[in-house]
Amino acid sequence: MSARTLFDHVWNRHRVRTLPSGQDQLFIGLHLIHEVTSPQAFAWLRERGLTVAFPERSVATVDHIVPTEDQSRPYADGLAEDMLQAIERNTRETGIRLFQPGSGKQGVVHIIAPEQGLTQPGMTVACGDSHTATHGAFGAIAFGIGTSQVRDVLASQTLAMGRMKVRKVQIDGKLGQGVFAKDLILHVLRRLTAKGGVGFAYEFAGSTIHGLSMEERMTVCNMAIEGGARCGYVNPDQVTFDYLKGREHAPKGVDWERAVAWWRSIASAPDAVYDDVVAFKAEDIAPTVTWGISPDQGVAVNENIPAAESFPVSERPGIAEAYAYMGFTPGQPMAGTAIDVAFIGSCTNGRISDLRAAAAILTRHGGTVPARVKAFVVPGSEAVKKAAEAEGLHEVFRKHGFEWREAGCSMCLAMNPDKLVGKQISISTSNRNFKGRQGSPEGRTLLASPAMVALAAVEGRVTDVRGLK
Amino acid sequence: MTIITTLSARAIPVRGNDIDTDRIIPARFLRCVTFDGLGAHAFEDDRAQLKAQGKLHAFDDPRFVGAGILIANSNFGCGSSREHAPQAIAKWGVKAIIAVSYSEIFFGNCVAMGVPALRVAVADADALQSAVEANPSLIVTADLHAQQVRAGALTVAATLPDGPRQQFLTGAWDALGQLVEGLPAVRATAAGLPYLRGFAA
Repeated sequence: MSARTLFDHVWNRHRVRTLPSGQDQLFIGLHLIHEVTSPQAFAWLRERGLTVAFPERSVATVDHIVPTEDQSRPYADGLAEDMLQAIERNTRETGIRLFQPGSGKQGVVHIIAPEQGLTQPGMTVACGDSHTATHGAFGAIAFGIGTSQVRDVLASQTLAMGRMKVRKVQIDGKLGQGVFAKDLILHVLRRLTAKGGVGFAYEFAGSTIHGLSMEERMTVCNMAIEGGARCGYVNPDQVTFDYLKGREHAPKGVDWERAVAWWRSIASAPDAVYDDVVAFKAEDIAPTVTWGISPDQGVAVNENIPAAESFPVSERPGIAEAYAYMGFTPGQPMAGTAIDVAFIGSCTNGRISDLRAAAAILTRHGGTVPARVKAFVVPGSEAVKKAAEAEGLHEVFRKHGFEWREAGCSMCLAMNPDKLVGKQISISTSNRNFKGRQGSPEGRTLLASPAMVALAAVEGRVTDVRGLK
Repeated sequence: MTIITTLSARAIPVRGNDIDTDRIIPARFLRCVTFDGLGAHAFEDDRAQLKAQGKLHAFDDPRFVGAGILIANSNFGCGSSREHAPQAIAKWGVKAIIAVSYSEIFFGNCVAMGVPALRVAVADADALQSAVEANPSLIVTADLHAQQVRAGALTVAATLPDGPRQQFLTGAWDALGQLVEGLPAVRATAAGLPYLRGFAA
C-alpha cells in the first residue's frame, strides 16, 4: 500500500469518515460542472427535495454542445439549446457560478479552471467528465465521475469512494526536437496499455516531467484516463507556483506565502512508498501517432503499423477489429497516410502553447492546406482565443488555410455541428480515437501533437515533424 | 432502498475488450436532459455496422430479447464518464453485468444505479459467453453473497470489491442518503482544509 505520497496526503486530508460499506466519504474541494452530465443530477436533487450543500465550491460552464461558428441564441440545434437553458436555470436556482459564452471566461471546463486559478495543489477536484484528470497537473487529486455522483457532490460536496493504488510513472531525460508532451503520453499509453492503469492513480515524476510547463503537464495528466488510471498528478514545484501566481482565484498577499509553504509540504516524500513504479527514458520517445481505435494503439511516426503477432493473443481480436475499422494493413508505414481533416483543440491540446506550437510549424513550412483537406482550430477557451488573437496567431492559421473558430470541445467528441463525414480520416490533437468518436459512425481518427497535426494539414498526409527544416 | 443479493435472468453476450462508452451510446444521443429513451440506442453504431456486413449484434439478435444480464470482457465501459452508457444498457433491460474488468468510472456509475457489475476470470467470461450463445434460454445467476456466477453446469468465482459488495448486500448502493447524513462531519473536514481557511496554520 502506498504511503507518504501526495495522493495519500491529499486523500487523508479530505477523508470525512469511513462509510458503513468500508468506503471513504471524501470531501471535494472543487466541483466543475458542464451541460451534458449535469441536468439529470439537478433533476434528481429536486425530486428528493435536496439543496446544493456548498454552491461556492462549484463552477459551471458550457463547452460540449456549443457551436464554434454561429453562437447566436437560440442555437440552431434545439436539443443543444434545451441543454444550455437547463444549465442556466439549474445554476441560477442553486447559486452556482456559470461562465457563459461571451463572458470572457467560457471554455472547455478543464481549460478554464486552471487559467482562472481555481485549480490548486492539494485540492480534490471532481467533474462529470473523464478528463478531469487534467487538473492533477497542479498536484490536485482530480477524477471524473458519472451523473449520479454529480448529484452526490451537489447534495453533500462528497463522494463515496474506495482508495486507489499509486503507480509512479518516472520519465527522465530530455525530449528530442519535435517531441512534445502529447508524444510522451501517447508513448506511455502504448507501453502501459489502455487498461494497465485500472485501480491506480498515476504519479508522473522525473526530470522530464518537472521540465515541462504547466500546460504540457496538463496534456500528460489529461490522458491518464486513457490508460485506465482514474487520476494522474504531478507533484507541485516552482513551475506550478509561477503559473498560479496572480491568477484571479489564486491566493493573494500573505495567503500566497502560506499557500506555497503548504503546497511544498504535500508533495510526495523522498521516502514515499508506491504500489508500483515504472520508468521511461525521454530519449526513447518519438513523435507518436495512433493508428487504431484505442489511444494505446500508437506508433512512432517513422514506424510501420504493427503486426498482430506483436500483441498478446488475448488482444488480437481487438487488433484485427482496429485494422478493419481503420482500413489499414499491418506493416503499412504510418508516415504518408493521407488525411481529410485536421483538428486542433480540446482539453488535451487547446491551450495557448499548443496553438503557438502549431502556428510555428505553419510558418516554418510556409505552405497552405490543400483544397481537399479541411483544417480548423478551436481554441480551448475564450481567454485562449483572445490571447492567440493578441499575438496574431489567428492570422497565421488563416493565412495557411485553417479556419479559426469560437471556443468549445467541438470535434473532440462532435456533440456540436463539427463532425467528420463518412469514412474521413482526421488527424486530431484530441484524446480519443474510438470508433465514431468524431461524429461519423465510420469516421477515423489519428491522435497526434499540435505540431504533427499542423504539418499533416499542410502536407495533406502524416509527416515526421523532425524532418521539417 | 433495495437489497441486491442474487439476480437470475437469461443473459446477453457482448464480446470484445476495451468497449468504450462512445460505442455503448454515441455522443449524439447525449443531447438530452433526461435518460429516458436511451435504451433503444444502446450500441447503435456497432449494430448498424454489423447489419451492413450481414451480421447481427447481440442487441439485435431475437434470441437475446428480454435478457437481464450482460456478459462482457476486459476494460468494459472505458473512455467517457457518461452515465448515459450504463443508463442505456439498464433501460434496455440489463440488471447486472459480468465482465473481466471495467473502467472505474463506469463501474462507479453502475454501483450508483444499483446495477451489480461482477468480475470473473478471462476464461470464465469466455465460457459464460459461449454457454449463453449455445443456449440463449440458459438462466444465469449472479450471486453476490456467494460471489459466484452459475449457469447450467458452470459455476465460476465472481467478485466485487468489498465496499460496493456491502452496498448491494445492505441495500446502501445509493450512497446519497449516507453522504447527506454526514454533512456535519463534512463541514468539520472542510473547516480544516488549508485552502478553505486562507492557508492559516
